[in-house]
Amino acid sequence: MFAFILSRILQAIPVMLAVALIAFGLFTFVGDPIATMLGQEFSVQQRDALVAALGLDQPVWVQFLRFIGNALRGEFGLSYRLSRPVADLIVERAPATLELALCASVVALAVGVPMGVYTGLYRRSWLSRAFLTFSLIGVSLPTFLIGILLILVFSVWLGWLPSFGRGDTVQLGWWSTGFLTASGWKALVLPSITLGLFQLTLIMRLVRSEMLEVLRSDYVKFARARGLRDRSINFGHALRNTLVPVITIVGLQLGSIIAFSIVTETVFQWPGMGLLFIQSVSSADIPVMAAYLLLIAAVFVLINLIVDLLYYAVDPRLRTGRGH
Amino acid sequence: MAALLEVRDLVVEFPTRRGTLRALDEVSFDIAPGEVLGVVGESGAGKSMTGAAIIGLLEPPGRIAGGSISLRGQRIDNLSRREMRRIRGKRIGAIFQDPLTTLNPLYTVGRQLTETMQTHLDIDAAEARRRAIGWLEMVGIPAAAERIDAYPHQFSGGMRQRVVIALALCAEPEMVVADEPTTALDVSIQAQVIALLKRLTREKGTSVMLITHDMGVIAETADRVAVMYAGRVAEIGPVRSVVKAASHPYSAGLMASIPPLSHRVEHLPQIDGAMPRLTAIPTGCAYNPRCPHVFDRCKVERPELLPANETRAACWLFDSHAPRERAHV
Repeated sequence: MFAFILSRILQAIPVMLAVALIAFGLFTFVGDPIATMLGQEFSVQQRDALVAALGLDQPVWVQFLRFIGNALRGEFGLSYRLSRPVADLIVERAPATLELALCASVVALAVGVPMGVYTGLYRRSWLSRAFLTFSLIGVSLPTFLIGILLILVFSVWLGWLPSFGRGDTVQLGWWSTGFLTASGWKALVLPSITLGLFQLTLIMRLVRSEMLEVLRSDYVKFARARGLRDRSINFGHALRNTLVPVITIVGLQLGSIIAFSIVTETVFQWPGMGLLFIQSVSSADIPVMAAYLLLIAAVFVLINLIVDLLYYAVDPRLRTGRGH
Repeated sequence: MAALLEVRDLVVEFPTRRGTLRALDEVSFDIAPGEVLGVVGESGAGKSMTGAAIIGLLEPPGRIAGGSISLRGQRIDNLSRREMRRIRGKRIGAIFQDPLTTLNPLYTVGRQLTETMQTHLDIDAAEARRRAIGWLEMVGIPAAAERIDAYPHQFSGGMRQRVVIALALCAEPEMVVADEPTTALDVSIQAQVIALLKRLTREKGTSVMLITHDMGVIAETADRVAVMYAGRVAEIGPVRSVVKAASHPYSAGLMASIPPLSHRVEHLPQIDGAMPRLTAIPTGCAYNPRCPHVFDRCKVERPELLPANETRAACWLFDSHAPRERAHV
């Protein structure tokens, strides 16, 4: 088990290095930071001083190594746009994104899995057909449109929920949370639904098709032939066997919920990392972009590791693996 | 002796786009308490379909369209899902073909045994576990007390089929439907598994409906045998009579095509042609296009099971009311 985790971490190193190389490449290929930072008028001395200060006169590989060394210590330099350390900006914005991603995932799982089980078990009922039609809408409507429609209905017409921002937050150490205030919860509702809807429909369809397949399997037939109760067959024997593929997809989707919260955060002006990233892109704020890229890569690597560990928990065939 | 299971004129139909298919056409037979009935026939003859109909697990859209199935005189073909569930496992057990796929991979064999027993018998968890170990010992799993917490993938194919047999018998049913229980196993394991099934069911007085296309298994295990052809029973009778002196031309052809062990033969007899598809069953006797003794009546009128020597055969050759010159069969 320990060896497995270790090997996974070792495998993650080349992945992270490759991403780091791309992130580092941004500095060289996306605009000229010197021109951006100095503005319209500057002297040659000013320019040379800045180049030396940023270390841009050194060979590329030295610059890359220094970039990695700094990244490992959590230093990504100063934001060009806000002139503040990138690390501070991200730490400040991360709680908003993570809380939103958590709520969206909970919505997607808590609604998607039961709907998938139901549509798998009662294929022909009208409710199943309604769920499937609904899921088609969820899959095909773009996120920003869903967000805007929700704002239109619940904020503009009904006035029940806020259309932007996080509401009041409470500071717990460096973590600012919206979970402790009523307005924080209210502000979470629409963005969570918007962000989670696509995953919800995806999970529902996945669970449904897996259920249909497992219900046809020999061991479910044999469970029926042994006269086991329907509840035990459907939830004990069938649902558990659908979990391995579901965990894979849900894990990857959780990564993309965090990574692609950009659109939702923009629609709802949610003060998270996605919004920070999109603002940085529009002003070519390369240090922030590079840091965001690395962070998201790290999130994906971490989630994949957790997914692999969950397989072990679910499937005994992997636990004992060889031997016997 | 009153029959344990009575199948009378059982008809199973499948609605399809091109009309209704008759997969089983007026199948009738009895199984006595403690008796082993072998059911043989080519693939698609309706052997497994009969078994599935008895345990109430026909694949939809297949459905029982006529006839009856009774267990100790009680109709079981028209029960509700709930009532039928109580009969499956508890009164009629089932053994499937492929032990690699019939056990749930995510649960220990012990948990699958205890769940089955606790569903049907009024026993607590500790007693269920104690009995589960007992069953594993009975089916010949070594170190049963430790292996009870092992998962199916930790057993070999033969061992898994032993576990399946334990699962089928653990609620002490009155009969077991064993559908090709050894087909998926190595030849060397087949005999062991059949011997085990035979011994356990004899000890418990359990009836067995043994579906197979292996005549060797039938000859060794069954008391009586039913030969099926194109969804109908062609012949039924004591196993010795059917194997040694089959009356129906189809069973006779089937037995003749088994290579004898006593001497070498130059040409193994075979039945020409193939079993008709369900969409194209000929009128009259379904076997008439392939039958060497066919005469006019066979092409018009469908034969009932008629007394024929020591068995009963669905063949006009044995119609005593309209005797014809009796062919050598």
